[in-house]
Amino acid sequence: MHGFANPARFLRLANWLTPLLLVSGIVVTVGALLWGFTSAPPDRLMGDSVKILFIHLPVAWLGMGGWTAIAIASLVELVWRHPLASIAARAAAVPGAVFAFLCLATGSIWGRPTWGTWWVWDGRLTSMLVLLFLYLGYIALSSALAREGSSSRIAAIFGLVGAINIPIINRSVVWWNSLHQPPSLTMGNSAIDPVYLYPLLTAVLGFSLLFGAVVLMRMRTILADMQAEARLRRKAMQAAEGI
Amino acid sequence: MSALATLLKRDLARFLPGTASGGTLLPLLFFMAVAMLYPFAIGPNPTLLAQTGGGVIWVAALLAAILPLDRLLASDVEAGFFDQWALRGIAEEMVVAIRLLAHWLSFGPFLMLAAIPASALVGIDGETLRIVEIGLLAGTPGLAAIGVIIASVTVGLRSGGAALSGLLVIPLAVPLLIFGAGSLSTGGEGGLALTAAISLALVAIAPFAGGAAIRAAREG
Repeated sequence: MHGFANPARFLRLANWLTPLLLVSGIVVTVGALLWGFTSAPPDRLMGDSVKILFIHLPVAWLGMGGWTAIAIASLVELVWRHPLASIAARAAAVPGAVFAFLCLATGSIWGRPTWGTWWVWDGRLTSMLVLLFLYLGYIALSSALAREGSSSRIAAIFGLVGAINIPIINRSVVWWNSLHQPPSLTMGNSAIDPVYLYPLLTAVLGFSLLFGAVVLMRMRTILADMQAEARLRRKAMQAAEGI
Repeated sequence: MSALATLLKRDLARFLPGTASGGTLLPLLFFMAVAMLYPFAIGPNPTLLAQTGGGVIWVAALLAAILPLDRLLASDVEAGFFDQWALRGIAEEMVVAIRLLAHWLSFGPFLMLAAIPASALVGIDGETLRIVEIGLLAGTPGLAAIGVIIASVTVGLRSGGAALSGLLVIPLAVPLLIFGAGSLSTGGEGGLALTAAISLALVAIAPFAGGAAIRAAREG
């Protein structure tokens, strides 16, 4: 793992992995959505609107998976002080927040024809909304820490505290009020017909590849920012010595 | 042990309402002001107030818990207070645990006192007030623990301040609010036990999160 503590080595890997993930992500996602939209029959009750599931479920998973990534990166940072871990956590926060937002947005669009309303104070919707606020808080905190040159390990502590709290938040909100159907897709057990399931899993794969590509792009951006700043500082010091 | 008692006394002298620095008096007044504001916003309809008043007290308590955070740790970290204790061989975790206790003692019980006049303002009856008070007793340690955690992660930041603290506190406090205020609805009595459980978990985490954050802030 510490082989990639060297940013140059990480960048060599990331330089060819990023376009690979991006292109394959776009191809797989577009393919899965076309497959799902054309092959899946309309639902008996929900009609064609059920097909928004092919976007809604992958972004919901990745919205939650994003914080898992933050939690793992935070743990790696706090325990092994891996220099790329904090960058990875910061890089995963923005796509995580975007996917959580997309989950809420697609859910809202789906809810209008099926539940008859844009928003209900349902348990699973609400816990995704709370998660979105956690993401926004994390992004605000980690960017403020980076801007002021404070230790990125402070953001990692918040990441872990958030990770401990997310299951509690989720359970509490579900207890509070639930209208949403229970998860249709759990490990080893699926309530979904295969005609939906296979395009759906392909869409999950495609969106995951895209998520990975965005994380790598943002990591490269953050590293480039840090390098540019270090170079400016070095030049300023040389200039000061020259006087 | 006597060193820790001294520490607790010193912290209480700074945080108790009515001490020289004002302590948590202003957050408590803010709590009362929110309770006063609510009937202005929704109108003086007694049934509506009686139904919703308990929840409003919880929201007001949560908002008031955000206010004292900016001076909970920052000035001491800046002054090297924690460094001195570390030099004496007393870990940041221990100092933060004492700070958490002092913060709760100067906030929780007084908030429960302030909830009595506030309950009159928002028009809830004695039975509801009783559940609100038990809920606050169970929930304010958790609120204080979240406060200590957030104060410790924002400790070195010059910008952001109260707005950032609020944004970070509110999502973490959602379970406390749900179970605390949820215990007011019929059949919600189990909520009190769950509020206490979440509070205990947060109180257990806070010294470690706070200690780690203060050390990280020192190392820069």
